[in-house]
Amino acid sequence: MSFPPVELSVPLRPGALRRLRAGEPVRVSGTVFAARDAALFRMFGAGGEGILWEGKGSVVYFAGPAAAPPGRAVGAMGPTSSCRMEPFLEGLLAGGVLGIIGKGPLSAEAAARLRSAGAVYLAAPGGAGALLSRKVLRAEIVAYPELGAEALRKLAVLDFPAVVAYDLCGGDAFSR
Amino acid sequence: MKKISVRAVADAVAELCLRANLEADAGVLKKLKTLAACPDNGETPELLLANAAAARGDRVPICQDTGMVVVFLDLGQDVALVGGDLEEAVQAGVRAAYRDGVLRASVVSDPLEGRVNTSDNTPAVIHTRIVPGSGLRLTVAPKGFGSENASALAMLTPARGREGVVEFVLRTIREKGAAACPPLVLGIGIGGTLEKAALLAKQALTLPLGRPHPKPFYRLLENEILAKVNALGIGMQGLGKGPTALAVHILEYPTHIAGLPVALNTCCHVYRHASAVIEGKG
Repeated sequence: MSFPPVELSVPLRPGALRRLRAGEPVRVSGTVFAARDAALFRMFGAGGEGILWEGKGSVVYFAGPAAAPPGRAVGAMGPTSSCRMEPFLEGLLAGGVLGIIGKGPLSAEAAARLRSAGAVYLAAPGGAGALLSRKVLRAEIVAYPELGAEALRKLAVLDFPAVVAYDLCGGDAFSR
Repeated sequence: MKKISVRAVADAVAELCLRANLEADAGVLKKLKTLAACPDNGETPELLLANAAAARGDRVPICQDTGMVVVFLDLGQDVALVGGDLEEAVQAGVRAAYRDGVLRASVVSDPLEGRVNTSDNTPAVIHTRIVPGSGLRLTVAPKGFGSENASALAMLTPARGREGVVEFVLRTIREKGAAACPPLVLGIGIGGTLEKAALLAKQALTLPLGRPHPKPFYRLLENEILAKVNALGIGMQGLGKGPTALAVHILEYPTHIAGLPVALNTCCHVYRHASAVIEGKG
């Protein structure tokens, strides 16, 4: 690694986000909400109840864990493909989200929308669910337990590894 | 006639489901170790190696997407299966593995209506062939859908030929590869009919990583596709660093004078497949 990862604590502060540059490794610590297709649809789909957590600078992680082994907060829990969640982006941003963790690129429109809202997109290593589960210290289901792996979860994470994919200056780690 | 109890089939399927999901492929690990030695590759290779160690150490799957299970059964024609229904036994094996407590149930009972999770990851997709012999060879390949969704099939015209195949693969990976968790393994089925090409592509993802094709023509084609996919610059995790693909495996079959089916089955770096042989007794 050419430079040490940037430490990011949640809630994210706009000043800290402005300094991030696409391609930089980061380590996220603090509270992160895990949601994916089904829970996001319940919140932001037709007749949805809106965001279920409060606070500017919150972080959402697009993920659904495998079952937790005894004594662990979660089982394997890597990111899922973020592009499927684009229909819910507006709702997340309106709810104060300033950081999104997932994998794979978003559309150019979605990337621009994040930037205009002052939010960054962090790419976590896809297919590294075993390692990432070690970074989740605590997990509690806050809504939709009937969705199983897709339930909305509140996580306490420490040193969760990711790479800045879209920064606030238009930088794009996926561009080629 | 030799005999095999379907109970032994169920036990083998369960064990292979766990092995395929908990133990990283040795060929992939070897490639990642080489990649980790070069700082230009960023931290992805190190993270993926640490992940494989975490999976082993914690007995958790390499990835939370523990797949929809695909089972290939090569059944010797001199075998009598006893003790029950073969397909039921395979499903019982999958059920047992996914209820063991560490694998994620990711299968819904109907693709459109309701999409209710079956909660035990059944049913598996089963492909059975009758072959000479007196044993049963099982290959279990649970397939994650981040990369399954980056797969495609095309019915090319024969005139498109070799170039058409290369273009089709490059177009598909350019469009969909970044979200499929690269570095990828590409299974390509060429020829046959629509479903034969798709089946060959899936079977190509059960071969030892980087096995060279026995025919020089296809060996060269594999090498050319691998080089061109890596020249796309998508890189590991789509972040532009290191290879986009680790290997390309082609399987081909005779086809019709009017057609050139080609299927690409994209696989992430979690190259899940495990095999076992049960010998008939008696």
